[in-house]
Amino acid sequence: MTSTSTASSADGLTAVGPRGNRPAPRASTADGASPARPGRRRRRGGEGFLVRYAFIAPAVLYLLLFYGYPIVKNVVMSFQAYDFSTFFNGSAPFVGLDNYATALSNPIFLKALANTGLFTVGSIIGQFVIGLGLSLYFRKHFPLSGVLRSLLLLPWLLPMIVSAAVWRWILEQDSGVLNRFLESIGLISAPIGWLTSSDTALVAVIMVNIWLGIPFNVALLYSGLQAIPEELYEAGQLDGATGWKSFRHITLPLLRPVVSVVLLLGVIYTIKVLDLIIGLTGGGPANATQTLATRSYELSFLEFDFGQGAALSNVLILIALLFSVVYLRANARAAKNG
Amino acid sequence: MTSIAKPGARPERIPPLRLPRRALGALLAPAALGLAGCGSSSSSDPTSLRIVDYYNTPADDVVIEETFTKSAKDLGLTYSREKVPGDQLIPKVLQMGSSKTLPDILMLDNPDLPQLAASGALAPLEQYGFSTAGFTPSIADLGMLDGTLYAIAPTVNTIALFFNVPMLEKAGIDPPTTWEETREAARALTGDGTYGIAFSAIATYEGTFQFMPFMWSNGGDEKDLATPEVAGAAEFWSQLLQDGSASRSVVNWGQGDAMDQFKAGKAAMVVNGPWNIAGLAADTPDLEWDVVTLPVPRSGAESIAPLGGEVWTVPATGDEEKQRNAAKLLRAFVAPENQLRMGTARSTIPGHAATAEQFASEHPDLATFVEQVSTARARTGELGPEWPRTAKAIYTANQEVLVDDTDPAKAFDEAARTVS
Repeated sequence: MTSTSTASSADGLTAVGPRGNRPAPRASTADGASPARPGRRRRRGGEGFLVRYAFIAPAVLYLLLFYGYPIVKNVVMSFQAYDFSTFFNGSAPFVGLDNYATALSNPIFLKALANTGLFTVGSIIGQFVIGLGLSLYFRKHFPLSGVLRSLLLLPWLLPMIVSAAVWRWILEQDSGVLNRFLESIGLISAPIGWLTSSDTALVAVIMVNIWLGIPFNVALLYSGLQAIPEELYEAGQLDGATGWKSFRHITLPLLRPVVSVVLLLGVIYTIKVLDLIIGLTGGGPANATQTLATRSYELSFLEFDFGQGAALSNVLILIALLFSVVYLRANARAAKNG
Repeated sequence: MTSIAKPGARPERIPPLRLPRRALGALLAPAALGLAGCGSSSSSDPTSLRIVDYYNTPADDVVIEETFTKSAKDLGLTYSREKVPGDQLIPKVLQMGSSKTLPDILMLDNPDLPQLAASGALAPLEQYGFSTAGFTPSIADLGMLDGTLYAIAPTVNTIALFFNVPMLEKAGIDPPTTWEETREAARALTGDGTYGIAFSAIATYEGTFQFMPFMWSNGGDEKDLATPEVAGAAEFWSQLLQDGSASRSVVNWGQGDAMDQFKAGKAAMVVNGPWNIAGLAADTPDLEWDVVTLPVPRSGAESIAPLGGEVWTVPATGDEEKQRNAAKLLRAFVAPENQLRMGTARSTIPGHAATAEQFASEHPDLATFVEQVSTARARTGELGPEWPRTAKAIYTANQEVLVDDTDPAKAFDEAARTVS
């Protein structure tokens, strides 16, 4: 899970960077040249057709095997009574919408849904605000800024399960570093049960996820900022636009395409976070940090009710899909404007 | 743990595609090889057996290996043994079940047995001459489902109360025997970075395991969770937290975490099992500890603990000759003298009653556990395959009581509703 999300974030990075930088004229040249090509290809007839498909076949096959099959299987599974004994006798009778009815009517579902929303919104706001602040800061070149910027990527490089284990120590109630620190500077008088109280557990998990997501936000926003020509600021300065005004009227409008991409990718990555929560709290205490992802994991792999687990993860996929559509449309718009 | 891929979602069948057949073949060859590679480890030689278990630590692994080696040699059999991480065993078993590659001998954590036996994956053992005659009845029950024997437990464990001898001496306290005494002792022992008592109330089956002795000794029963007896046990745990005698972190502690607190001197008493004894000697040789049976609600009540430990099974692989050989090897493996040897090496208690007595006289330091085992119960004894659901309801209710200060009666009424 860790590796996939990192890989896809990296995709996002390379996809966005060049697009932001690309000067408009080149895009239109490409468009202008394209009508000529299909005509030439069509003339070659059946042979060209085969060759073309041979080129895309590996990709199509890969997608069908590793994306298509699991998704279809997951959808089918959600309509079946697929449990422990299915693995031994192979029988998984279809039960219609029973799995959805049971999974969605469980009181934990509403709690998990609300937690998923809070976790996603909280994480995104924190990551974005801090990420934007840091990337603006790094825009000013100062000694060691390059080193610091690469150090900032550190949370991204650590395996998620390691981060979670370290944060569990930091947040420990009796001997954790965070409570010790807060007590020593006199901010709190009694230790806070970060991961042991249902009031603070979700906050703590969001906090760690913000820490984890900052590098992604900085990397993207920083490269977006690099694409804004320095001359605009110089010109703005002549007109009296400095400080907040230059940010409000130059940086923000020009950064908007990148911002929308960052936010939407952030939502898609955050909504399905599983390993971090499992590592920190396991969804507890008393379900305080249970999200749709952890609940689906719990149903499938701890209760072995794969049917219900699949039903819940389909709900999650649907929500993520919704944001993906928004992302793709925003992306298309950004490409047009960029 | 980090992967959410559904186990069923393996590329078993290839979706139909219009492609030149040769190209398709070339593309699929590596995949086919890969699949064949993972399924073909069972050879056809009926005297060569496959064993799967989760004994990874040297303390367990060495003696298990020795015992199998010796038993197999005497019988003219050979075996290959695969050790998987503890939390990966059931996923692995499910995988092996669906690909028809179950091993010839399989170890299971005892609460998982009824579910697996009910799914038809295991061979009944009586046909192979297994008998539980002479076993402590509750230990024999560990391997039963609906009166049929599917598994055998050579040795078992349970939990009792470890205490830090100097700390109790300094406070002038005797090891507690009742809940009231436990509360008082824990309160007196708390202070200066030390809690009086530690236990595990984590939201996993471990948390339920630790709760059972309190629930059972108080007269509670897993068949009906909505009783004052069950709620009373939860109330006791919650009082320990409210007194400040136990850390609020117990809701996130596994049994190992609770033991670490004890080892670090941050808890004066801890509810835990004999599997820690080797670790205590190795990690904290200077720590002076002793162990007593778990305190009971009132003096005179019986201390009933849950049986822990693993059972051994012969999966129904369909190869009758191999199953017979596997059963033969297993019978030798669980013989009383081997129970004694494994019990000694792993600090676990032999399942055979007379052997357990001999064991207690040879290992006075484990006598408390032998005594605790003699009255212990199997968690799955009453509910069988339904146990996991109830176990989850129990730990969930306890979390609500300990984390949110929910009224115990209310939390367990709700728990009873979720399993009904």
